[in-house]
Amino acid sequence: MSLSTLLLILLAGGLVAWFSERINKDLPRWVSLATIVLALLYLLAMVNGLEVGSFSVVPDPTSGDSWLIHSRQEWIPRFGISFELAMDGLSLLLVVLTLLLGVIAVAASWVEIDFKPGLFQANILWTLAGVSGVFLAMDLFLFFLFWEVMLIPMYLLIAIWGHENKAYAAMKFFIFTQVSGLLMLLSIMLLAWKGHEVTGSYSFSYFDLLGLQVEGRLGYAMMLGFFVAFTVKLPAFPFHTWLPDAHTQAPTAGSVLLAGILLKTGAYGLLRFAIPLFPEASMSFAPVAMGLGAAGVIYGAILAFAQTDFKRLVAYSSVSHMGFVLLGLYAWNSLALQGAVMQMVAHGVSTAALFMLAGALQHRLHTRNMEAMGGLWHNMPRMGACAMFFAIASLGLPGLGNFVAEFLILLGLFKVSPWMTAIAALGLITAAIYSLWMMQLTFQGKPDDSRDLKDFGLREMTAMAGMVIALIWLGLYPQPVLELAQPVLDSLQNLLDTGPKFAGAAL
Amino acid sequence: MNLIPLIPLLPLCSALLLIATAGKLPNKIVTLMGAGSVGLAALCVASLAQQFLADGQVQQLTLWTWIAVDNFTPAIAFYVDGLTLVMMSVITGVGFLIHLYSLEFMAEDESFSRYFAYMNLFVAAMLILVMADNLLLLYLGWEGVGVCSYLLVGFWYRDPANGKAARKAFVVTRVGDTAMALGLCLLFTELGTLDIQPLMAAANSNWQTGDTLPMIATLLLLGGAVGKSAQLPLHTWLPDAMAGPTPVSALIHAATMVTAGVYLIARTHELFLLAPVTLEVVAWIGLATLLLAAFTALVQHDIKRILAYSTISQIGYMFLALGVSAFSASIFHLMTHAFFKALLFLAAGAVIHCLHHEHNIFRMGGLRTRLPVVFWSFMIGSAALAALPFTSGFYSKDAILLSAWEQPGIGPWLWAGGLLGALLTAIYSFRLVFIVFFGEANTEPDRQPGLKMALPLALLCGLSLVGGWFVLPLDGTFSSALASSGHGEVNHSIEIISIATPLVGLLIAYLLFLGKQVSISRFTDSSLGKRLQDFWFNGWRVDGLYHQLLVRPFSGLARWWRNEPIDLVYNGIVALNQWSHRSLAALQSGELRWYATTMVFGLVLLVAIMLRKAA
Repeated sequence: MSLSTLLLILLAGGLVAWFSERINKDLPRWVSLATIVLALLYLLAMVNGLEVGSFSVVPDPTSGDSWLIHSRQEWIPRFGISFELAMDGLSLLLVVLTLLLGVIAVAASWVEIDFKPGLFQANILWTLAGVSGVFLAMDLFLFFLFWEVMLIPMYLLIAIWGHENKAYAAMKFFIFTQVSGLLMLLSIMLLAWKGHEVTGSYSFSYFDLLGLQVEGRLGYAMMLGFFVAFTVKLPAFPFHTWLPDAHTQAPTAGSVLLAGILLKTGAYGLLRFAIPLFPEASMSFAPVAMGLGAAGVIYGAILAFAQTDFKRLVAYSSVSHMGFVLLGLYAWNSLALQGAVMQMVAHGVSTAALFMLAGALQHRLHTRNMEAMGGLWHNMPRMGACAMFFAIASLGLPGLGNFVAEFLILLGLFKVSPWMTAIAALGLITAAIYSLWMMQLTFQGKPDDSRDLKDFGLREMTAMAGMVIALIWLGLYPQPVLELAQPVLDSLQNLLDTGPKFAGAAL
Repeated sequence: MNLIPLIPLLPLCSALLLIATAGKLPNKIVTLMGAGSVGLAALCVASLAQQFLADGQVQQLTLWTWIAVDNFTPAIAFYVDGLTLVMMSVITGVGFLIHLYSLEFMAEDESFSRYFAYMNLFVAAMLILVMADNLLLLYLGWEGVGVCSYLLVGFWYRDPANGKAARKAFVVTRVGDTAMALGLCLLFTELGTLDIQPLMAAANSNWQTGDTLPMIATLLLLGGAVGKSAQLPLHTWLPDAMAGPTPVSALIHAATMVTAGVYLIARTHELFLLAPVTLEVVAWIGLATLLLAAFTALVQHDIKRILAYSTISQIGYMFLALGVSAFSASIFHLMTHAFFKALLFLAAGAVIHCLHHEHNIFRMGGLRTRLPVVFWSFMIGSAALAALPFTSGFYSKDAILLSAWEQPGIGPWLWAGGLLGALLTAIYSFRLVFIVFFGEANTEPDRQPGLKMALPLALLCGLSLVGGWFVLPLDGTFSSALASSGHGEVNHSIEIISIATPLVGLLIAYLLFLGKQVSISRFTDSSLGKRLQDFWFNGWRVDGLYHQLLVRPFSGLARWWRNEPIDLVYNGIVALNQWSHRSLAALQSGELRWYATTMVFGLVLLVAIMLRKAA
């Protein structure tokens, strides 16, 4: 049992799905579903093996060691590059989210794809593999590799199965991510070179580089390299402009994966790498980062309100919600960090659901223009009820996961900066404005009886019900998620408090 | 068995079941679940109240820890004392009557089941709001009732106007809610807990009366309260919220949700007592709101809008009472108002129901003989609203005015303002009665209210009459406030004036609208009179002001930015690239002459540089 097998399952499943297309056009989606379920079961078995009996995968928090699984194999020994994978509570949480939303993505595109369904499913699985790799890689070179790997299948998903303006959107997505990724590569190489200077040997291992604490201008510049790469992915204002285009043009499954998990790699990168590797630079940069976060919250919300394209609206709402994550991360205390992690999970679920709704609407109405909708509740009450639920979740109704996330962020942020909190809190008002406006344009208003539309069926309702239950659970009993993340966040915070000594001891 | 968790759970389960079955259930079962769950909850509350009256034991019950991060550990926990029980009784008792009434009122609606799902969900959220042991759970109920209000105001979703009213209600109250959320952040950051009782204790031990921090914290909480309770400056949503079905207005926008702000301040009154400035602000807000809304109610045409402004005005009285630390009087008025205003709304609903959805009072008239049950309901409700002697409204309003008078310093001003409000209340409520029920009939009713509508009306009539004699078990909750206020010598001339004022108002209304002995048409037809009427009719143009100041700039900004101004930067980079690409590509023209020229030119340049270096 190892983490690399997990990744291998997804990669190999992709190949099988691709070739199964030759046997039957309906086969790939079943292969895809089976692969993800298999990967999930494998993961659970692996985790279960660690702590038999109770679901307490969290090791003793007092030891400061929050790693569940760790494996390292030599890869390019000359440069100290190794195939190093590790999992703690945070990565476990995100990998589980990745696989679950993978199921949703497959369910969302069950009937939508006619053209090369095998390759389509393969790209979905490869995206999942890339994202899981990003969450598990502990060698910076390997991390960069996965960072690029997840980009390519996503590019193909948009470029091949996208909508009317797919080439532009796919290219824009690729260039934004690629350019910022190169900045990160530069930072990684500089960091390894710095490590060589200090220790006399090359290493790309996260654990070796953590203690380096490069300071001064160079540290600042390297931190910026990471920061830009991650905030483009997040996306944070003003690097977000690829997102609305990519979302609008991507097929439903692509949007679900993009919003649900790809964006989270940016937040994860900031939390795992950018801040802990350069604590000093990050802390002096925090006001700027939080400013960008607050700007994103407001800017995203205003632009969301301005949109008439359903998917664009949801995309801008993501920009707004991810602003909260950026604020939470740079407030850097337990409350805010827990809020940020919770936001990653809750936003993943709620936005995936909204994109699935958008896809379902487009499939039935052949338009995303909300001005051509209206009164759809009359035609499709089940879909309307689901949309209402997720719109309300997205505006942060207490009792649902998104509220727990945003409230924890505000609470933690308040300790750091009350004024920043007040600005971010305006996002609660604007979220209500655009979410309810979206409901008005689509499901409320005068119905058109001439439309003959099919309401959600069993498959769609099952997916929706799963996400509804997840959000209510996160909203009323978030403790399992909080407990999973807590030791990781504790040790990251300790790292910054005690400096290099602690990092050395953790090795 | 502990009944406490069952009380919110009953309507909640009913709501979830109704939603999950998505209108598939026959109406009989929906009836049973929708009204039955609230009825059962009311019975549970009754048994709980009986127990409390017997032993006076405050109950606390923790179900589970909601969130635990560091020292932030809010729980899903309930706290039941006298104040909670009063609120719970109103919510489930009046709530049940309104559910009963709705069975007939909504019988022909195609979304019968959806209606009861939302109504039950509302009752559950409202119960959680008043039963919450900590401010975060209270906030859950607080936002929950907001969403239910949104869903019910926009219940008839086919008309975009209803959707607009629903959104307005939600967004305007959310402005207040956001202030309240910041207040919670401040309270937790400073005092380290959100559990209400420990929080009050911590506030009392850490803060002095008059400190800045309690003032800021209470002002932020007040923001939430004025939003939910439709007080100045966030009152504009309530008149529009009348777009919902009338029983909804009775339950949410008269009896329960809109009084949540009053409850919040009463619940955290120890905090407010530490901030005398905020309390004074509360009193002035109450006074300003009650007068503004009363003037507006004088000139409205829509029967529901009159009642909506009247609700705003009456909650103004409750705020006035809170501002002078008369918390018991405020809650007392909250309860009596719930009785008589629910009665008035249900009666108005009956008029609308029997009169082909007519809302304009000038197209009614003469209904006294045609709808006698409704007429008597309206008479009793209006009498209580106007605080005519021996009705429930009389006792509660009298208590408020007396407390205002006793307030040192600003007291007489508040009292005089409240008295003017009482006069106006009597005028506008009997204007409504005289125009709708007396005089010529303009529209003939096509049916009579049935038993399910008449029974709640009758019961609420009874409550509106005798509600003033109820003794509320609030001393335990407000013990700290009692010590400071202690009633002095009751001033008899003040009493007499308080009693006389509504009667004068009734007389004026009679002279103006029924007897027509006095005509004010000379004034109302003058240009000043017209302008004034128009000004009042439009609610002092507050809506227009907000539209100019907030709505237009926001939507203008959104329109202006719609196409992503940030992309201009990136498009600029793209254009630069393309331009350099074109320029450089032009060099590679394939013409030998051009290549030869540039080569020679380059050579000359090189030689020149080398010569310069050598020299």
